[in-house]
Amino acid sequence: MAGDRTHLATDVLIVGAGAAGMSAAIAAHDAGAGVMLIDRSLIGRGGATVMAQMTVAAAVGEEVPDDWHSHLEDTLKAGRGLCDQRLAELLCSEAPSAIRQMDEWRVGWARHSDGRLRATEAPGHDRPRCVYVDFLNTGPAVSRTLRAQVQRRSAIRRIGELCVVDIVVEQGAARGVVAFSVVDGRTVTIAAKSVVICTGGLTRLYARNSASLNMGGDGYALALRAGAKLIDMEFVQFFPIGHLAPRLVGMDPIMWDPFRYKLGGRLLNSDGREFIGDYDLAEDGRYRATRDVATQAILAEVAQGRGSPHGGVYLSFQHVGEAKLREAFGPVIDRLAANGIDLTQQPVEVAPMAHYHMGGIKVDPTMATCVPNLFAAGEAVGGANGANRLSGNAISEALVFGRTAGVEAAKRAAQERFALDVAMSDAVVIAHGAGEANVNPAALIVQLQRLMSEKAGPLRSEAGMSSALSELAAMKAQMGNAAPSPQAEFDSGRLDWFDLRNMLLVAECVVKAALARRESRGAHQRTDFPRTDDWVVRHIMRLQGEKILLEISA
Amino acid sequence: MTLKATLVVRRGAGGAPASWSRFDVDFEPGESVLDVLRRIRVEQDPTLAFRFSCINANACKECMMLVDGKVAYACTARLEPREMRVEPLPNKKHIRDLVTEIAPPDEKLPRLR
Repeated sequence: MAGDRTHLATDVLIVGAGAAGMSAAIAAHDAGAGVMLIDRSLIGRGGATVMAQMTVAAAVGEEVPDDWHSHLEDTLKAGRGLCDQRLAELLCSEAPSAIRQMDEWRVGWARHSDGRLRATEAPGHDRPRCVYVDFLNTGPAVSRTLRAQVQRRSAIRRIGELCVVDIVVEQGAARGVVAFSVVDGRTVTIAAKSVVICTGGLTRLYARNSASLNMGGDGYALALRAGAKLIDMEFVQFFPIGHLAPRLVGMDPIMWDPFRYKLGGRLLNSDGREFIGDYDLAEDGRYRATRDVATQAILAEVAQGRGSPHGGVYLSFQHVGEAKLREAFGPVIDRLAANGIDLTQQPVEVAPMAHYHMGGIKVDPTMATCVPNLFAAGEAVGGANGANRLSGNAISEALVFGRTAGVEAAKRAAQERFALDVAMSDAVVIAHGAGEANVNPAALIVQLQRLMSEKAGPLRSEAGMSSALSELAAMKAQMGNAAPSPQAEFDSGRLDWFDLRNMLLVAECVVKAALARRESRGAHQRTDFPRTDDWVVRHIMRLQGEKILLEISA
Repeated sequence: MTLKATLVVRRGAGGAPASWSRFDVDFEPGESVLDVLRRIRVEQDPTLAFRFSCINANACKECMMLVDGKVAYACTARLEPREMRVEPLPNKKHIRDLVTEIAPPDEKLPRLR
């Protein structure tokens, strides 16, 4: 087990098998490259895509006439001045063709009886623009459809349960990765002519989150250590109405968003009053407040003693009526009943939870990082959504950026002549491991999640974040530099150690970027600097040795 | 309201003789078997191995195991205030503890010599 090594090689190596990774794999393959698609989880089971319930924003213009420029305008507005315009343009202009491609691949978008694609109006969009798959099935359908397309291309080599330790950079370019098998612990080296990071976001840094287990920000840490830059790391999106109580099993905690799209619903404080109008535009029974505004409003109600018993607010559909509920959500109503919830009789409690990361790896519109041969796509990329992401832009981004990255990485691979032995890389030494675990990384991860929620969550202050930095440093010292060597088959503790190694680095980036932004903007809210400054800057980070360097750019 | 349960969990590597661990746990009504397994790793035994990915959504289908002899998803099986027995799936190759081999054959690494 320990000491065993398997070596593989490919043209384009894609790390992460959500919508971005699978789209990149398909595109790179169709561009003529040899492709390997790897994931820390089982292929197509982990990540965020499979968890997405609705919706996908794209100006397909079948519900009502639409134009991608209007989608772009809404995206830029929601981003509060911080969107990378070129990335946002790519996202909005290519989203319709990505949606149609998925339609050809029979994803099953909801349609009107005359065949037009149905679209719903999500907060921040100026018209109904978000397509979906019923019922609450958008993510699983997208995932399944892409997976089928990947499988049809039998030349795409898929390997699951492979945890990447580091990207190997030799002679100034990415040359592959060092990884280990989650199942048997062996070290795996993969030589590649180009590498695409499609690992999603960092929501696992927070105690309450809507993520899969493998979303601890590993791609950001891999990119940083490879010499790439990160941008806008302070902008973590909190989903305002994550399910809080009563305890619900077998349902994604972000399920209430689609309910609100279709049925409106009322967000109430403990006085039974709709309060959103006190903070932003009135909802008038429609669902209009963007995620940043709604999150702040809910936290303010709770802080002022008007919260629900579990520390959130109420969401009520009691006025909607059973027939309409059932028409809109059919079998989901039965799943709620199995959990003892009857929406005609009771409200549920909801509260913000970490959901998405606007920040991420800095890329150009070809999805290239500043490290030759290294690309990124999907949520792993930063900048397209600025300080706040519009509902529906995440899957569009994954499909569009994934496709772009796949094509570009294939082009790059075709130009690259290489024969690299990554066996001697430092990462191999780290991957092999040096000793026994003398800490419980699972417990440290929980400690980290609590710390981040409390001190670098939706509300932040200088005092809180300064103490967070010292706590992060203490945790780093506690876990040590040497990975434990594999102790058994499926060594979850060892996997936790490598996760924690990445999570601590990425958490430090979030806190440092948030400390440096002495204003409030979008998802980044400072209690000590509550106003939005007109000094619009971006925070760009890179690693020098062990030190995170922060550069401020206009 | 805090309730008490005892989880009796099959341990050990594939092919090894069965051994069992008993974990006494406190839980809130409504919590799932997976909630408590995750807490055992944090508070009692970080070496306990089981599969899961999506935590609560029942989207990833990774946490399938035997709960009191019946095939169930740990994320939707509710914990009850009594002794409950948790075992790996019987019809899959056993890897360790509650983990079985569920990856499709063409998505695995080449076999080690």
